[in-house]
Amino acid sequence: MNEMSNKWIGKRTIRPDGVDKVTGRAAFAADTTMPGMIWGKVLRSPHAHAIIKSIDTSKAEALQGVKAVVTAADIVDFPVDTPYPLGIQDMRWMCRNVMARERALWHGHAIAAVAAMSEAIAEEACALIEVEYEVLPHAIEIDDALADDAPILHPWMEFNGKPSNIAGTLEHTKGDVEAGFAEADVIVEGEFTTRPVHQGYIEPHACLVSTAADGKMTIWSSSQGQFMVRAMTSLLTGIPQSDIRAIPAEIGGGFGGKTIIYLEPLAAVLSKKSGRPVKMAMTREEVMRASGPTSGSKSKIKIGAKKDGSITAIEGLYWLQAGGLPGAPVRGAVGCALAPYDIPNGHTFGYDVVCNRSKVAAYRAPGAPIGAFGVECLLDELAEKLEMDPLDLRLKNAAQEGTKAVHGPTYPLMGYVESLEAAKAHDHYKAPLDRTKFQGRGVASGFWFNAGGESSAQVNITEDGNVVVTTGHPDIGGSRAGIANICAELLGIDYNRVSVLIGDTATIGFSNLTGGSRVLFASSMVVTESTRKVIRTLCELAAKIWDIDPDAVIWEDGEARPAGDNAGQFDPLSLEELASRANESGGPIGAGTQLNTTGAEGGFGTHICDVEVDTELGIVRVLRYTVLMDVGRAIHPAYVEGQMQGGAVQAIGWALNEEYVYDKDGKVDNPSFLDYRMPVASDLPMIDTYIIEIPNPKHPQGVRGVGEVPLVPGLSAVRNAVYDALGIRFNDLPLSPPRVLAAMGEMKQAAE
Amino acid sequence: MAKIHVTTTINGEPEEFLCDPAETMLDVLRNRLGLTGAKEGCATGDCGACSITLDGTLVCSCLMLAAEAEGHEIGTIEGMADGDHLHPLQQKFLEMAALQCGICTPGFLIAAKALLEENPDPTETEVRFWLAGNLCRCTGYDKIIRAVMDTAAEMREAAQ
Repeated sequence: MNEMSNKWIGKRTIRPDGVDKVTGRAAFAADTTMPGMIWGKVLRSPHAHAIIKSIDTSKAEALQGVKAVVTAADIVDFPVDTPYPLGIQDMRWMCRNVMARERALWHGHAIAAVAAMSEAIAEEACALIEVEYEVLPHAIEIDDALADDAPILHPWMEFNGKPSNIAGTLEHTKGDVEAGFAEADVIVEGEFTTRPVHQGYIEPHACLVSTAADGKMTIWSSSQGQFMVRAMTSLLTGIPQSDIRAIPAEIGGGFGGKTIIYLEPLAAVLSKKSGRPVKMAMTREEVMRASGPTSGSKSKIKIGAKKDGSITAIEGLYWLQAGGLPGAPVRGAVGCALAPYDIPNGHTFGYDVVCNRSKVAAYRAPGAPIGAFGVECLLDELAEKLEMDPLDLRLKNAAQEGTKAVHGPTYPLMGYVESLEAAKAHDHYKAPLDRTKFQGRGVASGFWFNAGGESSAQVNITEDGNVVVTTGHPDIGGSRAGIANICAELLGIDYNRVSVLIGDTATIGFSNLTGGSRVLFASSMVVTESTRKVIRTLCELAAKIWDIDPDAVIWEDGEARPAGDNAGQFDPLSLEELASRANESGGPIGAGTQLNTTGAEGGFGTHICDVEVDTELGIVRVLRYTVLMDVGRAIHPAYVEGQMQGGAVQAIGWALNEEYVYDKDGKVDNPSFLDYRMPVASDLPMIDTYIIEIPNPKHPQGVRGVGEVPLVPGLSAVRNAVYDALGIRFNDLPLSPPRVLAAMGEMKQAAE
Repeated sequence: MAKIHVTTTINGEPEEFLCDPAETMLDVLRNRLGLTGAKEGCATGDCGACSITLDGTLVCSCLMLAAEAEGHEIGTIEGMADGDHLHPLQQKFLEMAALQCGICTPGFLIAAKALLEENPDPTETEVRFWLAGNLCRCTGYDKIIRAVMDTAAEMREAAQ
């Protein structure tokens, strides 16, 4: 497609769902109600680790206003010795995540749930449920869980033939790292930790479930995949998928955290038992105690290089916290850590470690920021030792087309080098810093796999000649606008004539999760294919009307035209005219496409961060921030920028302030937005973006994926900037005021 | 416990409702009056997603008892547009892509409108601190701040 001739692709159109969202009309998960609706609440474990010996719900059931109670006995058990994968999840852990079975594995783990006439009655009933616990010692941190005398969370779990909290490992190897280190002139190494951080979506998990007398069930909930909601609810309740209709509400943020479910199967059972529609919504405190953050981690990284900066070997060992059930994002850590570099020898190895925290869920490029953190920090140190510019060091070793990555693939065309070159040339990188004020600058790079997978779309022409596009992916960040841009471009019609809807599980074909930076990549492929089919139908219709060969008709600027003089002289037929005459030959105009899409290629980005440290208060303030990234093709640049800006700010939060504080009983002490400190507007500068477009040759519009890469480099870019400002290498996140002050105190003491 | 009868004004229209003494304004708006534009993000006054105005003053409706609405004027996101004529802030948020998921958007719009009524010519720093009580996890705030600044400039120009 000729870029210059594009009318809609690359334009900052107004999103199809925009007016609903600025007027309060958009219906999010908790916004739907039904006549006769009752409320569900969850009873949660008061212990971080305990055997559940018995549950007596009789007093709760007897309370006036209580309509149904659910316990683990109502949820389908998936035995621990039989893997049952569903996407990247395993139903063995999902069934124990939605409702504790043998043990309560974290403080806040769901134990039972009640549906009653009001939330207050449901809460009162929860308090009447009698649970007998045998409290066990708990392990919160990785080192607690790996200690010789650590409490073992799962008696059946073994590692190297011994009971262990290590649930699994994953490694990647290229070449021989020992030989690589032997060749090195310089070696840098270090140990790093990152803390578990929550996705921080502003909308708590919520759902409404209604069950008819014939067993047909409708679920309204906000998730990153209505088909995931249907499949998991079906598996966990035993209700056939064909009896469940999952309707995707507008989703108030997910960032990976809504790729699994918590409430839907509980509400489904409660609704079925009570015969009433049941609404459930988590409080913020429940979100923080019981829904999945991403892993905390520790890592040991070692890098060897020649004097000229060429890296001879990198080794990275990682331990990632899974929470109470297996499934830390080890793949992202060990797979993405070295991905930006063309190195002869590399080895990454990761452990999945269970501990008494809520089970992790995906968080934007799951594991990748953890993998990148230590590597990007040490590259900063290496550059200093070699007296090289840190961007030059990365350029010297940058992966490019044809590079064989440590995690396996040989790279196709991609724009990592371009992101480094753009960073070097950027005004930001050349701007002076005020060194009298503890200002510093840091850079870092990052990678994410991106993803293809299953998508479905239907494109229908209305009788009045407009277009309705239905896809199957919840739209979190403006993907409907991108789809409308593409469809309007292909049809050659005004953008405002295209409506884009997200179908439910009964109205559109299977579509995998909104996640992995896959939505615009995959859905635009099926929308493009469907639109092309529609155009073919329109041309055939015009051919019939003109009585010429369909191949002699072309589609241009929203109308059918004879392909040339030889085809005959006919006035063009517009979309409206053809739509109104559809029944003359063939009938309604529409086409669907269902694909397992492939060809999503990885994404790379580089960040530049300037900070100033308030040395009296220990506060690190970000002064300037620039995100540079190859996005393949920016179909809607404003929402591409939005992904880059939002990801960077999540990284700033992770680097500077966000962490869970646990008390000695293994209970989260800061389960609120006041005490779990996410960035607010006054913490930040504008976030500059630099979009690089090296179109993905395997995608009809060149899309590569943009959502996740922008989080990956940020932790290290901030940390490297703080080093530049203070001369202190912080290897443990977050760089919160107490930690910064403590480190400065140590530095002063050492100096005295 | 007996319910309380409250007579109030919502978005310029007289309104009456019955509520429990402990019920918040947010719960009444959402669960009794069907005005679900105000969202519950935290219920502790930390996220601003439930922002409304009480006699023109910005408040978190999750921290206000519904009974306190008696005799006062409530403004919600549902009353911000004049029919199909969007408020300049709403229009600018759309044009500048100042929203992604949209859950925080009603709160930001109500808060930004209250800001511009008090200070039609805010600096970037003033906008950032005024909106520091509204959390957004998607945008990094950049486009929101720009949209508010641009709207303020346009409204000042229009007022001349």
